Amino acid sequence: MNKKTKLLLSIAVVLPALLVLYAYLHDLADYFVYGLLGLSDQTHLGVSIHFFFYDTIKILILLFLISALMGIVNAYFPIERLRVYLTTKKLYGMQYVFASVFGAITPFCSCSSIPLFIGFVKGGIPLGVTFSFLITSPLVNELAVAMFLGLFGLKTTLIYAGSGIVLGIIGGYVLGRFKLDRYLSDWVKQLQASSEQESEHWEQERTPFLDRLPTIIKEAWEIVRRVLIYVVIGIAIGAAMHGYVPEHFFAQYLSKDRWYAMPLAVLAGVPMYANASGIIPVIQVFVAKGVPLGTALAFMMAVVGLSLPEATLLKKVMTWKLIGIFFGTVSIFIIILGYLFNAIL
Amino acid sequence: MKQIKVLGPGCSKCKTLYSNTVEAVHQLGLDVEVIKIEDIQEMIKYNVLTTPVLMIDDVVKVKGRVADVKEIKQLLQA
Repeated sequence: MNKKTKLLLSIAVVLPALLVLYAYLHDLADYFVYGLLGLSDQTHLGVSIHFFFYDTIKILILLFLISALMGIVNAYFPIERLRVYLTTKKLYGMQYVFASVFGAITPFCSCSSIPLFIGFVKGGIPLGVTFSFLITSPLVNELAVAMFLGLFGLKTTLIYAGSGIVLGIIGGYVLGRFKLDRYLSDWVKQLQASSEQESEHWEQERTPFLDRLPTIIKEAWEIVRRVLIYVVIGIAIGAAMHGYVPEHFFAQYLSKDRWYAMPLAVLAGVPMYANASGIIPVIQVFVAKGVPLGTALAFMMAVVGLSLPEATLLKKVMTWKLIGIFFGTVSIFIIILGYLFNAIL
Repeated sequence: MKQIKVLGPGCSKCKTLYSNTVEAVHQLGLDVEVIKIEDIQEMIKYNVLTTPVLMIDDVVKVKGRVADVKEIKQLLQA
């Protein structure tokens, strides 16, 4: 049997197996926790352990599948062509949409953001459009999407991802109006001044898809392995809280009637750097125990989208003033989004 | 004599590509140094948009992803 058939065969076995496991996971967790371990679903301990097993496995399966899918998309996404497209075509505002959507589908690895940022600026793409990308890129990533799908379900995930993309479009557009180019680092300004159309030829990847697939799958697995410990800890904390924190516990402090809860949640979220895996399970419990979903979503966006490590990375290409304006503007929009969510949801 | 460069600001993917490349060079018994470029300003000169990047004789062979040892060996022998 040659390697190609082996690869296809193992995909044909593993993929359906994962899907079947996913479909019957709840029953399996029931059987394992309430049957084999003999715990009662009436006790806090039983509920917590069930929650822990079910959610950890569910999220790991989702994360693996989504990462593999994003890996495939990324392997074929023509970034260079997008850049040429954004600089040469009149797009009547659509460039913000493209940049924001593009930010959503770029990979988890944050260190690609800065080279891309510079590549965009150097290629003559307006700063506002580049900001659209920079807002959405950390906010909507495979890890956040997998965690949201697993813990909040499809509807909330779509709301999160959709509003993240809208946030990128509007944020980029507004920042673009501010004429902020003068606050870029000096060397970036020089790059911008000397920006020229790059010659349009680039080396085409020649390695065929089937040869690249194993690396893509390996990378997806690598992502799962890297965040595994955070997912487990996050869900363990969430599970413990789930079983023991009384119903409606948080409602009294963070209800919709308290208008100041929203800005407070966002301001607390910005400097926090927890990757999505650690924080989302905890937030899920907050929501289950009475925190309004809008407030929780706004907090999440602030935690995942803006962080101090990101600010220090950005320091290489912009002045503190520009970072401040960028973070401030995005925070204000997140707060507005949060109020909107609470009003609608 | 080939010139091999790995470009990336130092995230885990970049480190993996670098060590895979070193391993591939070692397995082929080539006597070349793998140059690691981590400085962003330096990286920009090569006009890369996604990291990590593997360059052989100043031609981009792999960009925005990790290649395994086997693939790098093939690229080096090509």
